[in-house]
Amino acid sequence: MTDLSKAMSNTPETPGTPPPSRTSVPLTAASLPSVAQLIVGVIGLAVGIFCWLILGWPLIGSAVVGGLVYLVGLPAWSLAVEGKRAATDRMMTGLIWTTFVVAMVPLVSLVYTVIDKGRRAISGDFLTYSLFKTALGQPDGIYHAIMGTLIITLGAAVISIPIGVLAAIHLVEYGKGNRLSRVVTFLVDVMTGIPSIVAGLFAFALFTLLFGPGFQGGIGGSVALSLLMIPIVVRATEEMLRLVPDDLREASYALGTPKWRTIMRVVLPTTIGGIITGITLAVARVIGETAPLLLIAGLADKTNTNPFSGAMSTLPVQIYSFNSQQDTIPLAWGAALVLIVLVLVLNLAARIIGKFFAPKTGH
Amino acid sequence: MAKSIDVSDLNIYYGDFLAVQGVNMTIKARAVTAFIGPSGCGKSTFLRSLNRMHEVIPGARVEGKVVVDGQSLYGPSVDPVAVRRQIGMVFQRPNPFPTMSIYDNVLAGNKLNAKRMKRAEADAIVEKSLRSANLWNEVKDRLGKPGMGLSGGQQQRLCIARAIAVEPQVLLMDEPCSALDPISTSAIEDLIHELKTDYTIVIVTHNMQQAARVSDETGFFNLKATGEPGHLVEFNPTKKMFSNPDEPSTEAYISGRFG
Ligand SMILES: Nc1ncnc2c1ncn2[C@@H]1O[C@H](COP(=O)(O)OP(=O)(O)O)[C@@H](O)[C@H]1O
Ligand SMILES: [Mg+2]
Repeated sequence: MTDLSKAMSNTPETPGTPPPSRTSVPLTAASLPSVAQLIVGVIGLAVGIFCWLILGWPLIGSAVVGGLVYLVGLPAWSLAVEGKRAATDRMMTGLIWTTFVVAMVPLVSLVYTVIDKGRRAISGDFLTYSLFKTALGQPDGIYHAIMGTLIITLGAAVISIPIGVLAAIHLVEYGKGNRLSRVVTFLVDVMTGIPSIVAGLFAFALFTLLFGPGFQGGIGGSVALSLLMIPIVVRATEEMLRLVPDDLREASYALGTPKWRTIMRVVLPTTIGGIITGITLAVARVIGETAPLLLIAGLADKTNTNPFSGAMSTLPVQIYSFNSQQDTIPLAWGAALVLIVLVLVLNLAARIIGKFFAPKTGH
Repeated sequence: MAKSIDVSDLNIYYGDFLAVQGVNMTIKARAVTAFIGPSGCGKSTFLRSLNRMHEVIPGARVEGKVVVDGQSLYGPSVDPVAVRRQIGMVFQRPNPFPTMSIYDNVLAGNKLNAKRMKRAEADAIVEKSLRSANLWNEVKDRLGKPGMGLSGGQQQRLCIARAIAVEPQVLLMDEPCSALDPISTSAIEDLIHELKTDYTIVIVTHNMQQAARVSDETGFFNLKATGEPGHLVEFNPTKKMFSNPDEPSTEAYISGRFG
């Protein structure tokens, strides 16, 4: 108690006598008016428009010049009024925004173009008819390709998810730097870099060996895609499993839980959201693959839901095919829009699933 | 159901590194045994070797004998999983399972091992364990809420409830109060007092007063020199240890004149 009261009396508690003042530092500084950014922005825009419309420069060049005026003008003005630190701050802020805009331009332009051109092709008929004509005047549709993409991707997921997740569990939980796990890690790294056409050739060769020359079928596409998917699933799962603190594993062992149950009941549930997110992103990554599917799954106008026999169209291959003929190019845009929407839905699903399964903190 | 532990000539390694050397002691049943000593002298390492948690770390191994109730823990056909069911552990940092509710956390030892039980039986275990851990009144209205939502002290008591829900013979605690405020600490000390009627308790602590308050016997670990392995300097009843220790270095450590 006495220690405590001694400690208390050490703290300065006399508001009446201020500590001896040092030379006081002003807390205010000159600053640009709050509309300064707007003013310089308008000037930059005006310069850009002047270059474009009056001088007849190309649009991109004019935009660059306008942007430069803003990027140089505002910091220069700030340097004159506010000093060096504020000027640097304004310049860096401007640069970061610029790089952000530059990165967004292609993305926005791509999505806009696909939506703009694709939406004209999309209709109920487009989504529910195949290209296989049973009557004259039957509308063109991509139902067969949508089904093909879904079936082949599902097949790839069915092959890759168990292999990928189990391999990752082996690497993280059992491998711990032994030779086998180092070899597997190396092979996974190599597989990550396999060009997709090589995966396609592998599947093609495999099925030629198994079933003779000229084999075509969805299952071949699934095998080719799973070659591309497995390394992504392994990597994503591995990363998630490594995030599980050893504390939790030890807590489980200390309750007399065997290792495999610890993995199944503690480690996996803790990270399942992240693992599912990783898997979904891997699916989104391979769903747009074209080259391997062109080789082994081929093209068919008729809807084929049996992956084990006969050619099976997929959206990317169908887009490729549509695009090679002048009169079906609008259909290519439509199919591209459908594919993008599929990928978008998968990404959204990944986010929602990740949120849903994330461990609850209760706060 | 509590059991005594006999340790003889125990050497504990991390790979080639000898962390703790030549420990001999008998830990009494139904008593609290405290381990004190400077950081890095191998208290945690020794504690973890008492329920075969040490070997969870790759390359870690043990030489010597640990005998619980006549059975050698490191015998050739002993299943470490079975050992850990008998000898529970509470860690320095509270580590409730983040995916589980308070209720499920308490039952984790049973659920993780897929033990089937009736709802009423499970409810009874949960209530009994939480009451023993002095947590029941604070959480009885929110058993379905996540265990991570509790305060640090409550989480640690939840971990104790989880450890005693499987009814082990021995409870090992590695600095269970080091992350807690004084009020939670005193709640856990009270709890240790109550638990010792049923369990053999071994506790590592950095807090000399805590060792003096809660334990019946105390072991002092130290390093001979930096780089040398840790060893047991003195093992005596707590009263003797804190009033009239055999070793001068024990007295120096306890009175704060260490080094
Ligand atoms: N996982 C580990 N791997 C290798 N050495 C370790 C590990 N954990 C602890 N050690 C070493 O073992 C010795 C004893 O550590 P520890 O038992 O944690 O001491 P204490 O709990 O008494 O502070 C220290 O030298 C420490 O560096
Ligand atoms: Mg320790």
